[in-house]
Amino acid sequence: MSEGDAAKGVEDRTDAGDGKFGEYGGRYVPEALMPAIEELTDAYERYVLGNEDGFVDEFRRRLAEFGGRPTPLQRADRLSERYGTEVYLKREDLVHGGAHKLNNALGQVLLAKYMGKERIVAETGAGQHGTATAMAAAHLGMPCEVYMGERDINRQRPNVFRMRINGAAVTPVTTGRGTLKEAISETMRDWASNVEDTHYVIGSVVGPHPFPRMVRDFQAVISEEAREQIREGAGRLPDAVLACAGGGSNTMGAFHRFVPDEDVDLYAVEAGGSSLEVDERTGVAPNSASLTTGSEGVLHGSRTKLLQDGHGQIVESHSISSGLDYAGVGPELAHLVDEGRVTPVAVDDDAALAAFHRLSQEEGIIPALETAHAFGYLHEHHAGLGGVVVVNVSGRGDKDLESVVEETDARGTPNAPDMSAFGGGL
Amino acid sequence: MSDLSTAFADGPAFVPYLAVGDPDYESSLAYVEALERGGADVVELGLPFSEPIAEGPTIQEAVVRSLEAGTTPDLFFEFVGDLEVDVPLVCMTYYNLVYQYGEERGPRPFVEKAAEVGLSGFVVPDLPAEEAGPLRAACDEFGLDLVSIVAPTTDEERLGKLVSVSSGYLYVQARLGVTGAQSSVSDRTAASLDRLSDVDLPKAVGFGISSGEQAATVVEAGADGVIVGSALVDVVGEGYRNDDPVADVADRLESLARELNAGAERGYSQRAPRPERTSE
Ligand SMILES: Cc1ncc(COP(=O)(O)O)c(C=O)c1O
Repeated sequence: MSEGDAAKGVEDRTDAGDGKFGEYGGRYVPEALMPAIEELTDAYERYVLGNEDGFVDEFRRRLAEFGGRPTPLQRADRLSERYGTEVYLKREDLVHGGAHKLNNALGQVLLAKYMGKERIVAETGAGQHGTATAMAAAHLGMPCEVYMGERDINRQRPNVFRMRINGAAVTPVTTGRGTLKEAISETMRDWASNVEDTHYVIGSVVGPHPFPRMVRDFQAVISEEAREQIREGAGRLPDAVLACAGGGSNTMGAFHRFVPDEDVDLYAVEAGGSSLEVDERTGVAPNSASLTTGSEGVLHGSRTKLLQDGHGQIVESHSISSGLDYAGVGPELAHLVDEGRVTPVAVDDDAALAAFHRLSQEEGIIPALETAHAFGYLHEHHAGLGGVVVVNVSGRGDKDLESVVEETDARGTPNAPDMSAFGGGL
Repeated sequence: MSDLSTAFADGPAFVPYLAVGDPDYESSLAYVEALERGGADVVELGLPFSEPIAEGPTIQEAVVRSLEAGTTPDLFFEFVGDLEVDVPLVCMTYYNLVYQYGEERGPRPFVEKAAEVGLSGFVVPDLPAEEAGPLRAACDEFGLDLVSIVAPTTDEERLGKLVSVSSGYLYVQARLGVTGAQSSVSDRTAASLDRLSDVDLPKAVGFGISSGEQAATVVEAGADGVIVGSALVDVVGEGYRNDDPVADVADRLESLARELNAGAERGYSQRAPRPERTSE
């Protein structure tokens, strides 16, 4: 890879700015963390934006050799036929570990190494970011501890095994509902206690500056490749790009290079859960659609759109997919939505599950439940999306099989195979 | 001079913390009043937020109890109005609650209401100096103090920024990490206090202090006050778990407060006489 290619992955500027996206972003963290965040910002500017000591070259090389990049952009023949539109799949499920999460985890663990840090902590929801971080840490020889909500541990056991097998410690978080929100809070507490030698590998484009920008830059490789590939494959830019949005890292990664292309519509597909209404009595949002239904506030280090009650307390979110089950979203995504550049949409649990089976049966690709939300939207709204559509396949669904079998049986998902002959389990 | 700096004017200040509404509104009133009887000079009242990232398990559990009992910002303000104490009160909470209160977005309505019920200031652990401008401005408008937390990791440059937005007192975090009672005082405390000796605000040391002995140690090392949270919240939590009568728990809080307060006084009297500082 040439010098020029290597430098292409980062922005053409060496200043990270103030971490604001319009009114969103910023740094709302305890003072104890501020020096570490300043140190990280400095490292981000020097190594990631400035390619000091060849950081970007090494990152790119490891992404290729260890991570398996570039990933293909595949034309989905049967979906294209079914929907009467050209559907292209950006195959992030083929990245090592089975999801886009490795792009960021590898970037951050490598950066931590350049910074001379000695220990890695991370939070995880679906376990996919934890797995990617554990793999990157093992690859680069760093000790790693991953915090995971107890409920998510039960929903995502295969990833718990993978993290442990890669040598990471997995620490259950029992507070609240035991999902991603609590895991992030707990990881911040660990970081605050061990900030001098520990780097917190945050798993999405959320958190205090510089995380939202830096994670986006590590994930931008998705749209960088997809933009080239679609020009080659379809001979032009797409009419629409679809990606599911939890925190929004695969979304921002898939969108970033298309943001200046005003004719390309960008759809952030959120988890609509069972309903878009908040249950006022229980204080639970049976969805995690913070872009669609949330309001502005401050959570986990940045100002963004989030699910909260009238007093500013964060409400519990819900999604069939642990990776989308989060009350906040990245500040840049919130800003792009306000600007009208990104369209937020929501797909409910049932439609995501139906899409999961459809993609598996019709294309031979078992998607992550997170990813299935993007296909749920494609299924319902393909007519309005234009002639060429790119869907980001953020990850593969192996981790979800156990809960898919259970949920499919419980819901009687119409297009699903009958698994009852297997005793309802695997 | 604000209410808060007056509280530090003669002798070391004892600054206890409790989460308001833990485990319920009425008991919580009795507990805060017991702290005053035990010698509190300032009380930090926690307004619970669902994501208390700077808190360890003890205060986190208190937050859960309080939220389950239905504590809201409005009930918090009502609580302050109902309290029968004479010492200055500081609201400790997270920025989202300050920011969301009232019709207009931003901290002003919250500060206005706080001034109306007689609070003296705020500690907001997730609001660093860089983002504190709007809250500082509202505090100036309504004559309230904004107390900043100084961490062991805070360097000279950050300290300057921090002091420029702070008033009342500085909350000196005795060690890294989150809140929680500790069996010994971190040896970083004395170094932190030395670093701050030129700052013209009272310095109250907190994070981990749980006994009179520890209170004495930090005051002897030069602290103008001690802040004690988790050790007191532990008493509330234990009383709750054992279903103890409110009056018994209040008595225990009062006597622990007395011990801590006496420790602070003892530390003060044991202090090596310092060279008189001239104000030039
Ligand atoms: C495959 C996959 N897609 C999407 C997500 C959601 O995260 P983000 O919105 O940051 O891409 C996750 C999170 O775990 C995931 O595992």
